Amino acid sequence: MSLELRGITKTFGSFTANDSINLRVETGQIHAILGENGAGKSTLMNIVYGLLKADSGEILVDEKIMNISEPSDALSAGIGMVHQHFMLIPVFTVAENIVLGHEKTGKLGVLDINTAREAILKVSKDFGFEVDPDAIVETLPVGVQQKVEIIRALIYEAKVLILDEPTAVLTPQETDELLKTMQELKSKGTSIIFITHKLREVRAVADQITIIRRGKVIAAVSPQTTEGELASMMVGRAVDLAPVKHKHSIGDPILVATDLTVRDALGTAVVKKVNFHVNAGEVLAVAGVQGNGQSELARAIINLEEHIEGSIKLDGREMRGESIYGSLHAGIAFIPESRELDGLVGSFSIAENLILDLHDQAPYAKGINLSAGVVLAEAEKRVTEFDIRLQSVSDAVSTLSGGNKQKVVIARELSRPVKVLVASQPTRGLDVGSIEFVHERILAERDAGRGVILFSTELDEVMALADRIAVMYRGEILEIVDSNVTREELGLLMAGVVNKKASA
Amino acid sequence: MMRNSLSKFGQGIKLPGLSFLLAFTLTGLIIAISDAKVLAKISSPFEFIKSAGAAVGNAYLALFQGSVFDVNLTKGHSFLQGFYPLSETIVTATPLILTGLSVALAFKSGLFNIGAQGQFIFGAIGASYVGFHFQLPIGIHILAAAFAGALCAAIWGGIVGLLKAKTGAHEVILTIMMNYIASYFILWILKTKQFLRPGRIDPIAPEVNENARLPLLAGDNFRINIGIFIALGAALFVWWLLTKTTVGFKFRAVGANSQAARTAGISVPFVITSTMMICGALAGLGGAVHVLGSEHALNADIAGSFGFDAITVALLGRAQPLGTVFAALLFGALHAGGRTMQSSTGVPLDIVLVTQALIVLFIAAPTFVRYIFRLKKLNSSASLTSKGWNG
Repeated sequence: MSLELRGITKTFGSFTANDSINLRVETGQIHAILGENGAGKSTLMNIVYGLLKADSGEILVDEKIMNISEPSDALSAGIGMVHQHFMLIPVFTVAENIVLGHEKTGKLGVLDINTAREAILKVSKDFGFEVDPDAIVETLPVGVQQKVEIIRALIYEAKVLILDEPTAVLTPQETDELLKTMQELKSKGTSIIFITHKLREVRAVADQITIIRRGKVIAAVSPQTTEGELASMMVGRAVDLAPVKHKHSIGDPILVATDLTVRDALGTAVVKKVNFHVNAGEVLAVAGVQGNGQSELARAIINLEEHIEGSIKLDGREMRGESIYGSLHAGIAFIPESRELDGLVGSFSIAENLILDLHDQAPYAKGINLSAGVVLAEAEKRVTEFDIRLQSVSDAVSTLSGGNKQKVVIARELSRPVKVLVASQPTRGLDVGSIEFVHERILAERDAGRGVILFSTELDEVMALADRIAVMYRGEILEIVDSNVTREELGLLMAGVVNKKASA
Repeated sequence: MMRNSLSKFGQGIKLPGLSFLLAFTLTGLIIAISDAKVLAKISSPFEFIKSAGAAVGNAYLALFQGSVFDVNLTKGHSFLQGFYPLSETIVTATPLILTGLSVALAFKSGLFNIGAQGQFIFGAIGASYVGFHFQLPIGIHILAAAFAGALCAAIWGGIVGLLKAKTGAHEVILTIMMNYIASYFILWILKTKQFLRPGRIDPIAPEVNENARLPLLAGDNFRINIGIFIALGAALFVWWLLTKTTVGFKFRAVGANSQAARTAGISVPFVITSTMMICGALAGLGGAVHVLGSEHALNADIAGSFGFDAITVALLGRAQPLGTVFAALLFGALHAGGRTMQSSTGVPLDIVLVTQALIVLFIAAPTFVRYIFRLKKLNSSASLTSKGWNG
């Protein structure tokens, strides 16, 4: 089945999210849509799936104009979508989730789940999935949950499948498996629209690549295009994909963690007796699949976690049991995983967010009085230094784009005297240009002789920045390896397979 | 800058203003249809509308006469005597401003202080005891009594803050329970020989000494006293605290996003505890001003509904100090005017409660008000009620 979009335009107020977009997906084609955050990819897909209505333009399925005004129209036209955030009910079984919204009932209104179960087994067999229809969804790994979403689309006879950033939540192995599944679907005649900003994946599976920037189609290119070319088309300028890592001498250990255990509120150890150190002038990357204790470990370093055992020494001084304030002001800069939730006070101005940690120190405070003039003046300096794009430092920080928000967090954290920078997923959800900035900044801190602990689930980022890589799996550090490790070895470690040869 | 803040002010007042208008319109309808004389004329539309208009008009005129100016009072007296109702409005509004500020400040720190009632009671007890028990020089006695009231209530509020900070117990539940304790505590304490007025068996304390009473502002014919300046001073203090100080910065940061505030090193337990102490002190000052300014003696029903109306006042004032002052004055006027309305037109005092409830209802349902008046969505009108519960 082919899908064609003609002149799709969608505006929100004065903002044009989609500007007469033309796109054609052939039968059995994997069509990648590449673009930065906010380029209009999701808006376009929501229009195709009937979640939004276009101001003008046509959607054609097999050369026929379709009127798609809600998701059920899209479904009956053969368009299925797997959202970035799964639309599954965690406590339901796979089969129950799949019949949701399409429940068939037998006598006396009893739910007929067997038909669904059989359909799941059939689709699983046809496409080589191994999914148990009776498994409770929340007990399944993320990769399998995603398959449940795909099976649902296939059972409702989707001939065009939209995958919205499907690899964001997957391990490298799961990603490879998904890419294989996509090839499999393609060979059975399903068309796939693959939305992503990961260049490597696009080049691996796509037949055709459409690049969208600021709501417009910039180019339609073949997968032979180099990653550098793709990135610069996405961003609109030349992009340095691999930041230059200068060789320099690495100093003494600056932060040492010994037998560090972190427990959650119920007393379960989420980080189990880990030992590591970071040297001055070094980037120690902590890699691992999301949810293996990295977030808790990162938070424990500045005592954000409540139940910590073991020892964290900064420059020889024991930090465990110190207050959060004490940890930050002892010289640890902390870039939290979620800038919206933990990094910024959304309704506060940019200037206020820049002094969230320093508001009661000179020169911002004189006694109990907050000096508004100094706050604004210092904010202007930071804005210039960190190239934060904004209209006024008095605007609410929530009005900024993701990249600029992250710059505010980084600017604030680096405005104290820093010995160690702890960065937790610092580029998550950022566009290529902002990622480049964050990477440069992290390496600049390293080159200035600070210790950097980078928590990241992005293999590319880990490989590009790290001097050493610690791999976390189920709360433990499995191995600490050199940065010359291969992707495959790292991938295996992240999946919990200890490879003796990889250890350094 | 100036124009910007003016237009912000305009936006901020639009929704409460329209809610107010809507509430009065509906109340008018209720007054009309609950009047037997009006209903009797239902068969003739013209007469019906005429008599309904008269009923509503009279009721609202009485409300005005009872709250601002009544020309009848000037007969045989000076012209100024006509403003007696305005004095009553301000006297009623004074404790409300203080309790309203207590709730509003808590909102800013992300806390829902339902406990202004209990804090008010403790403020009244503290002020009353120092007021009647000691003999102090003029001036100093007022300060000592007011301070004692604020201190008792600050401790009472601080207990809630400490419990929440240390154990995570929800402040709404805690303050509701503390209100119960306070309202029974005052019944008990009024029966003790330290508090019971000699020669009385009903629960009433001795009158506070002359030196502890708040000086009257407009002579003996009016009850208006310097309490209103204490309340306005408190509003100024809250504004200063929130916008100009590092403490207020911490309060607002925790109120807007406690997780981010904590991550940046701000101590959330400190903010919770100190907020509840200051809130307690504000409500307690309300109790003190009420005892020292107009009641002069502690009785079991001293708190009336000041602590509960405070929630409404703070909501109506959008948790802003200035807004809270205006909202409290409006409520003071409704209470004062309601009494006159009841006595002169027979419309029950309870209709004032209906109006109050309607105002809050519309404030809490901004989408509905916007729909009625075909307004576009304003950025600044995020619902306060839902925010307060997240703490």
